[in-house]
Amino acid sequence: MDFRFDIIQEYAPFFLQGVLLTIGLSLIAIIVGSILGLAIGLGKMSKKVLVRLPFEWYINFFRGTPLFVQILLVHFGLMPLLFAQPSPTVSAAVSLSLNSAAYIAEIFRAGIQSIDKGQMEAARSLGMTHAQAMRYVILPQALKRMIPPFANEFIVLIKDSSLAAIIAAPELMYWGRAAQGQYYRVWEPYLTVALIYLILTLSLSKLLHYLERKYSTQ
Amino acid sequence: MIKVTNLKKSFGHLQVLKGIDAHIKEREVVVVIGPSGSGKSTFLRCLNLLEDFDEGDIVIDGYHLKDKNTDINKVREEVGMVFQRFNLFPHMTVLDNITLAPLKVRKWPLEKAKATAMELLKKVGLQDKANVYPDSLSGGQAQRVAIARALAMGPKVMLFDEPTSALDPEMVGEVLSVMKQLANEGMTMVVVTHEMGFAREVGDRVLFMDGGYIVEEGTPSDIFDNPQHERTKAFLSKVL
Repeated sequence: MDFRFDIIQEYAPFFLQGVLLTIGLSLIAIIVGSILGLAIGLGKMSKKVLVRLPFEWYINFFRGTPLFVQILLVHFGLMPLLFAQPSPTVSAAVSLSLNSAAYIAEIFRAGIQSIDKGQMEAARSLGMTHAQAMRYVILPQALKRMIPPFANEFIVLIKDSSLAAIIAAPELMYWGRAAQGQYYRVWEPYLTVALIYLILTLSLSKLLHYLERKYSTQ
Repeated sequence: MIKVTNLKKSFGHLQVLKGIDAHIKEREVVVVIGPSGSGKSTFLRCLNLLEDFDEGDIVIDGYHLKDKNTDINKVREEVGMVFQRFNLFPHMTVLDNITLAPLKVRKWPLEKAKATAMELLKKVGLQDKANVYPDSLSGGQAQRVAIARALAMGPKVMLFDEPTSALDPEMVGEVLSVMKQLANEGMTMVVVTHEMGFAREVGDRVLFMDGGYIVEEGTPSDIFDNPQHERTKAFLSKVL
């Protein structure tokens, strides 16, 4: 079997563009997801059932349904309500952000609840408000414990962003499919794409190990 | 300073406080003793509303705790608390542990907060530990830092929830001596403890709790030398 390196060569600039978009989408999703996730995680911890319920169901929905379905719903359902010409890239960023917010909310909740309740009591006994205690006492400790699951979520996002190819957001997987469609070759484009994803995720997990070691010794 | 009337508290179906009445005067040191599960820690934690209570009333320094207009954070600024397990903030140095609340709650300038903290560390004999993290402290040192942290807010009352129960025996003395010093300076204190020597020596009044009631109260010599109630006698015969 001959392996046509010329296809890879021809598509190299597109793969590069695709990787940049893949990283960009994942970064946007992790950042927006963190902001939303913190709010949702705190909301889910509310003592009031009525406050808690919508947050619980947000998490249930986004964790309990396939991301694939969510991307289609956002791109063909939600975005056309807001824009005349929905951009696939924007739709991909929105659906990945909404999805990761649900997972990150649970990371925040687990991180916060893993802190001994004596910490909150001590902070409150000094006259701090709940918000002050969270900000100065609980969150700084919880964030440290959240680094591993957080990095893991980022790795998952990098891989899952490939689903955006289905709505023609030109990330890495989109260009893999384009090359496959043009030359009717499977191995060259898909192995290349797989290898690039592997390099991205492996570098990230190395970085994670480094961060974990750095913070665990403090 | 503190007036407790008919205080009742349940956890689910278990009623742990069945009607507590107590009056703690300014500059008084009240020691609460009693068997495990008698409700003494819960009683103490109700005094700064770390535990909500079901019935009755607590008035501290003029604040009715159950009044809707009472800002509990304001009350807590005046009521310091020391916990059995220290509860120091592990991600902060000793100095930062002590200055956090004065800076964020009292809005003191940094210099003032630091100066106060160093003074308090000197008082508890730990000024050389200002810049270390809590995990490098012994239990006795950690508890003395916790006392300094509570004092930094300039409280009018100090609550101690079994402050020596988590300590190795050889470290109990250093914590008790800090508490004794504090009592001598005229701090109003409520101390839940199993240290009967401390109760006798430092306490102005002893409350004996059992089964969710204050069974007996009086001066240390009343309680320890001449207990009236059978349950008090039975408890003291086991611990003395």
